[in-house]
Amino acid sequence: MPKDLVAASATPLVLGILSEGENYGYAILKRVNQLSSGELEWTDGMLYPLLHRLERLGYAEAAWKVPSGSRARRRKYYRITESGRQALAEQRRQWTVITGALQGLWHEMSPPPSPALLKG
Amino acid sequence: MTAVPNAGDTPDLEALIAQWRSGLEQPSAVDPADADELEDHLRDQIADLTSAGLAPDEAFLIAVKRMGSVDSLSSEFAQEHPDRLWKRLALEPSGDERPSARSDFWTMIGFACAAALAVKAPAAFGVDLTDNARFYGRNAGLFALVPLAGYFVWHRGMPAARALRILAPALAGVAVVINAYPFEDGSDTETLAALHAPIALWLLVGVAYAGGGWRSDRKRMDYVRFTGEWFIYYVLIALGGGVLAGFTTGAFDVIGIDAEEFVTSWVLPCGAVGAVVVAAWLVEAKQSVVENMAPVLTKLFTPLFAAMLLAFLGAMVWTGRGIDFDRDVLVLFDLLLAVVLGLLLYATSARDPRAPHDAFDLLQFVLVVSALVANALVLAAMVGRISEFGFTPNRIAALGENVVLLVNLAWSARLHLGFWRGRLPFASLERWQTAYLPVYLIWATLVVVVFPPLFGFA
Repeated sequence: MPKDLVAASATPLVLGILSEGENYGYAILKRVNQLSSGELEWTDGMLYPLLHRLERLGYAEAAWKVPSGSRARRRKYYRITESGRQALAEQRRQWTVITGALQGLWHEMSPPPSPALLKG
Repeated sequence: MTAVPNAGDTPDLEALIAQWRSGLEQPSAVDPADADELEDHLRDQIADLTSAGLAPDEAFLIAVKRMGSVDSLSSEFAQEHPDRLWKRLALEPSGDERPSARSDFWTMIGFACAAALAVKAPAAFGVDLTDNARFYGRNAGLFALVPLAGYFVWHRGMPAARALRILAPALAGVAVVINAYPFEDGSDTETLAALHAPIALWLLVGVAYAGGGWRSDRKRMDYVRFTGEWFIYYVLIALGGGVLAGFTTGAFDVIGIDAEEFVTSWVLPCGAVGAVVVAAWLVEAKQSVVENMAPVLTKLFTPLFAAMLLAFLGAMVWTGRGIDFDRDVLVLFDLLLAVVLGLLLYATSARDPRAPHDAFDLLQFVLVVSALVANALVLAAMVGRISEFGFTPNRIAALGENVVLLVNLAWSARLHLGFWRGRLPFASLERWQTAYLPVYLIWATLVVVVFPPLFGFA
């Protein structure tokens, strides 16, 4: 997967995952893996500067909590804000345009390309 | 990655994580909270991998690899937090800080306020600034530096008994002498005492700064470093204060209120003495946060002063002009020697004593020698004429200062030469400077205590 594609899709993905509910870094990453069936490979550490950027832009709020259980470590939880939801809606609109356009293109290309062709 | 010790050992895993984390926290944009967050991630990952059957050390290696290299992480964080690369000094005590830092902040505020109160206290007894400039001039050093000494006694944990035994009598002695002497109105000895009392007091503050351990070379050198930084901070605060005072009078003038009286009798004196403590606190608080400025300025100005002095000597030889001797020449050269000494001192204070000599040492040597030659010419021109000018207190003081500085610089030049030839370690230069500090104290005390009666308080 090219780097810029990963980078471009990272913000809507993370915002989308946060819109499902409050979450922390490691679990967000696991969710990304699950959603992309392991195809989207992020360098784990890069998620955090992204989360901090969302926090700075006011799209997310963060709070340190010590989860219940035997854990002694505190963990930083992120929650999407109202302006985060608006940004997500806007991103969603843009991505729908892009994926819609691509879908239309794929549809007209017949026969549908095989994985071997895609790799070429 | 370093070799991974035997698997399955929890302490080893802890050591590995600690090592990884310390790499992350090296001067970079990753602050401790971020490192906490990343470490939490790493540990979750390791836990998942070990529960899937991996050995802890293998799990650690994989988790670290997935996390990305420390360098790229740091640069990614630096893009998101560029401000963190500018080392910050939090003025307000924040929640993260050690409680001692917070209480230190309030102590500083307390002593700064005490200084401000002290400088205004005489006015409550009818001794106000405008009519008693002489009184305030004599006591300026006391108003500013006694609270500073108090702050350091507290901050540096000088035992109270020692402070009372050594410091308090000395400070009280200066206060008594300076106020009990029957100075003639506008006399030279009074001006000299007013100028030298702060020098003596400043060196006494050093006793408190060293927490009583003022015999130690290292503590003395620390105080020298502190002095340089303090001076820079004080000048910066003074500049800001000047701007504030200007705007205060200007803004109130607009609405027809004359604030000048308030500014000159309250803001300026209180600010001037309070800032002494504030600047000291700033130096202490930012010690490890910001690069020391004094050595940087030293590096900048040593070549320039060396060039200036060489040009001066060259011009003197070239044109064959004698020294046009008037009363200020000696004072000018005293100040020049003091600046050269300062340059030498601050270069010394920031130098690694173990490093071999380099071009900058040579430059310093040139600076010192050319200053000595210039000064020698001035003294030579003066020798025949001292009697014709007469022995006034000002002239004797200037001459004495010159000798004090001259001795220091001449011996420094000799030590420099020894160091250059590899006969002496650099530490001997450092020791010479710190060992010489009491000489300044003795000389300043002499001018304050002995000069006035010697010259009949004239």
